[in-house]
Amino acid sequence: MALVEFRIDRRSGVATYLQIVQQVKQALRLGLLEPGDKLPTAKEVVAATAINPNTVLKAYRELDREGLVEARPGLGTFVRRSLARPGASADSPLRAELAGWAERARAAGLDREDAAALVTSVLDEVFDEVRGRLEGRAGAQPLEGTG
Amino acid sequence: MTDLTFLPGRTALEAVGLGARHRRGWALRDCSFRVPAGRVCALVGPNGAGKSTLLSVAAGLRRADEGALAVLDGAPGGPGVRPRVSYLAQEKPLYPYFTVEDTLRMGRELNPGRWDAAAAERLVKEGNLPPHARVGQLSGGQRTRLALALAFGKRPELLLLDEPMSDLDPLVRHEMTAALMTEAAENATTIVLASHVLAELEGVCDYLLLVGDGRVRLAGEVEDLLSAHRVVVGRHEGGAPPRSFAAHTVISSRTTGRQLTAMIRPEGPIAGQWETEEPSLEDLLLAHLRNPGAPSLLTPSAEPRSRKAAA
Repeated sequence: MALVEFRIDRRSGVATYLQIVQQVKQALRLGLLEPGDKLPTAKEVVAATAINPNTVLKAYRELDREGLVEARPGLGTFVRRSLARPGASADSPLRAELAGWAERARAAGLDREDAAALVTSVLDEVFDEVRGRLEGRAGAQPLEGTG
Repeated sequence: MTDLTFLPGRTALEAVGLGARHRRGWALRDCSFRVPAGRVCALVGPNGAGKSTLLSVAAGLRRADEGALAVLDGAPGGPGVRPRVSYLAQEKPLYPYFTVEDTLRMGRELNPGRWDAAAAERLVKEGNLPPHARVGQLSGGQRTRLALALAFGKRPELLLLDEPMSDLDPLVRHEMTAALMTEAAENATTIVLASHVLAELEGVCDYLLLVGDGRVRLAGEVEDLLSAHRVVVGRHEGGAPPRSFAAHTVISSRTTGRQLTAMIRPEGPIAGQWETEEPSLEDLLLAHLRNPGAPSLLTPSAEPRSRKAAA
């Protein structure tokens, strides 16, 4: 049984293999995929989405190059590490706070785009400030850890 | 499967100076190209460009009048080649008075030692084709499914399909494309797919052969052909294209008011204030179809090897 299903949008302008890379990363972030899980085989993806099998393999190679998955010849492609962080899981307090905020935004009369614009502007402010601080420091470590 | 299907060193099709005449002139003229094995190749061109002629020469149904076409390193239709090639003509010729079951039996008996009954029957079953229905009573989509089942049952190394999806509804088209791609994934089958429905090629084909007026216009990996071109947009006044474009190959160029939109093959950095982006497959094909005079481009893997050897 496949653990994830890819949705391919042929008109999005985003290269098909990149759509698969992004969807695997999203599944890793959300904890839908965990270390040791097997990705669907190229044949399974192709049968469901009618895309070229080499596109699937190209996506898996890219994920392999980034150290997120590994190909085991004859067995398939397996997740090596997760991108999920405890604070970002579906049942985390941070998510609950955000859900509460979204409810209040809607009650205040904001529509989806208004709310998204607010969130984006706050994210830009907060994260760009952090990045600015880090870049200002010699030998700063990138934000992303190894695990 | 964890390996790519291509076998870059092996050749599915190789044409050198290929020409084929029809009653009123040349259907194909001076065509030279190569399609490596394991590719899913789109064969694109306007109506009358020579797509069907090329496929029927490859299938061994008609001879070249000039030059040569090698199929799986042999002569088209030759005894060592014919069993390894499936060809599905545009009109999908089947016997109307045969039942579905008869048709599959014919496939088995005409392909002794090669017939993969499971592959053929799977496709027929997935479409719920009644085994005792006569072919003449099937819908267009059902006939296409049965014809593809025959083509797959042969377990070909090379599958030549002439406008296979033209009469299918979107759901069946998706199912048939998925079946084709699964065949490519399982058996690394080389597929050459003639089509003028550009939308059905995006994401499906990794190789491209564009013919126009009987000649090869573009040939090679889709990715490499796309990255060799740029759509350029910017402010420009006056009818003539900007002087800075002289260093590049201009495929198309038009001016609307003060805005110039062009597709070029850059030969280096593009001077000037331009927004540039890589074209989509559809952009690339349309620009070349609209401008038949644009110079042709073959990527290195699409250059015939025997011509190089002879040169």
